Amino acid sequence: MKEGKPLWKGVPERLSHELKSVMEKLSLGGQLVQYLFTGVTVGSIYGMVALGFNIIYNVTEMINFAQGEFVMLGGLIMVLCAKVLPLPMAFCVTVAAVTAIGAIMERSTINPLKNTTVLTLIIVTIAVSILLKGIAMFIWGKDPYMMQPFSGTEPLHLFGAAIQTQAFWVLGISGIVVLLLTLFFRKARYGKAMLACADNAEAARLVGIKVNLMVLLSFALSAAIGAAAGAVITPISLMEYDRGALLGLKGFGAAVLGGLGSFSGAVVAGLLLGVVESLCAGFVSSGYKDAVALLLLLLVLFVRPSGLFGNVEASKIKKF
Amino acid sequence: MLRLKSVHTYYGKIHALKGVSLHVNRGEIVTLIGANGAGKTTLLRTVSGLTPAARGNVDYNGQNITRMQAEEIVRCGISHVPEGRKLFATLSVRDNLEMGAFVRRDRGEVRGDLREFRRKFPILSERWHQMAGTLSGGEQQIVAITRALMARPELLILDEPSMGLSPVLVKEIFKIIRRLREEGTTILLIEQNARAALHAADRGYVLETGRIILQGTSQMLLEHNEVKRAYLGKGYREVWEE
Ligand SMILES: Nc1ncnc2c1ncn2[C@@H]1O[C@H](COP(=O)(O)OP(=O)(O)O)[C@@H](O)[C@H]1O
Ligand SMILES: [Mg+2]
Repeated sequence: MKEGKPLWKGVPERLSHELKSVMEKLSLGGQLVQYLFTGVTVGSIYGMVALGFNIIYNVTEMINFAQGEFVMLGGLIMVLCAKVLPLPMAFCVTVAAVTAIGAIMERSTINPLKNTTVLTLIIVTIAVSILLKGIAMFIWGKDPYMMQPFSGTEPLHLFGAAIQTQAFWVLGISGIVVLLLTLFFRKARYGKAMLACADNAEAARLVGIKVNLMVLLSFALSAAIGAAAGAVITPISLMEYDRGALLGLKGFGAAVLGGLGSFSGAVVAGLLLGVVESLCAGFVSSGYKDAVALLLLLLVLFVRPSGLFGNVEASKIKKF
Repeated sequence: MLRLKSVHTYYGKIHALKGVSLHVNRGEIVTLIGANGAGKTTLLRTVSGLTPAARGNVDYNGQNITRMQAEEIVRCGISHVPEGRKLFATLSVRDNLEMGAFVRRDRGEVRGDLREFRRKFPILSERWHQMAGTLSGGEQQIVAITRALMARPELLILDEPSMGLSPVLVKEIFKIIRRLREEGTTILLIEQNARAALHAADRGYVLETGRIILQGTSQMLLEHNEVKRAYLGKGYREVWEE
């Protein structure tokens, strides 16, 4: 913007009002609110992806690099469903479909590989991610897809910033996901059984836990969370076939930053990563934002190898 | 109750059990003795389904469990306290015990059993919310045994429960084993301390390189010259003698 006279001087009343709100956004406070909010929104998506990594990690000690693909599929399937179904139903169908994809992935690629190493399994997940990306490109093509926000396009004005209402959907859904997951792993029989498998698969079998059922459950659960994240973020960020890799990478960063396996860590680290990225993109340059996220990750790991919230005792017990 | 008929078990190409036959009657304590690598652990793993037999038969209460999965066998009433304890290291003591009762549906009684074990073993209460991996060896062994008992087994199989424990604790473990038998649990036990094991047991089998070379009552085995020479060295006397 040029210095000098306010631009809106002399323009008709209504228009000047709108311009004014745009200009207000440029005030430092408004900008800060705007960036923070964007950061928290994106960050909660990173957090959900990180949760997906952690669930599978906690049960199998492996990293599922197809996690980002679940998010991509969630977004693209949601776009399809939303065209023909009412939103809540579209959301449920999307989550169910991706959950099924996660379960099929586990049954067809992970489960048949008995007596193999964690590393082999990780490489298999990379192969699956490439496959899923390919299939998505085949079905949806290479162009990004748009989607209407869940509750209207009119932004909300808060402290001078214009906030898309979809952001509240993102925050709400991720909040609910975190709450349900925490309850599941702390209180539910099957939740604890999944953690028991992670600690010692043989002992888990000896107490009667069907380990391979738990592994299946972990893939289904991660896929469901990924799908929810994808479905809810697409109206803000659009979605295309190859978005999974970057989302997966950021989510993985958040998982490691928060301490692999730690659910609260994943959420906090996801938010932190999102906010730092967004502030950097806003105040410095958007070209650096990915680098800043990785830099932050390296710094934290240098000081605290088990991550921000990783349980130091647990990380001594675990393999990696 | 439990009957093995010429059981052969392999780890890949390694032939670990070469035609083992044995039986355990209801209410008995039976012990297996043998040098390191004789196949004692393998035998227990074959019974509990962790390394199923390639040939031969394992019958339990008249049911053929040879090919059954470990997670099914525990539902038949056999609980295995594995070598090296194998606790759920990052779960709390409480959750370890609760997982021990995974196969049970009677929630109220499970809670009752938890209370009962806390009363019997105050150390569990002290460590109730601590991660099991952070406990001392003796405490871990108690957790491992109680975890197995939470399934309310008819047959408890124990793989070197006193490994790495101080003499006082070893004595404590043997006390627990005797008490369990009085309460009606049948026990199949491996111990590196053969003398103590035979004193606690009714009968014993001697295993050598995957074969049973001798069997008999504890009394007979304790007096058997070959057994004395090979497995009953001096020492440990104070541990088992009341
Ligand atoms: N996981 C395994 N893989 C390959 N061989 C094994 C394994 N576990 C045990 N063995 C072999 O099987 C034989 C019996 O071992 P084991 O049952 O552990 O003996 P024990 O408990 O009497 O010391 C040994 O020769 C041992 O080397
Ligand atoms: Mg052994």
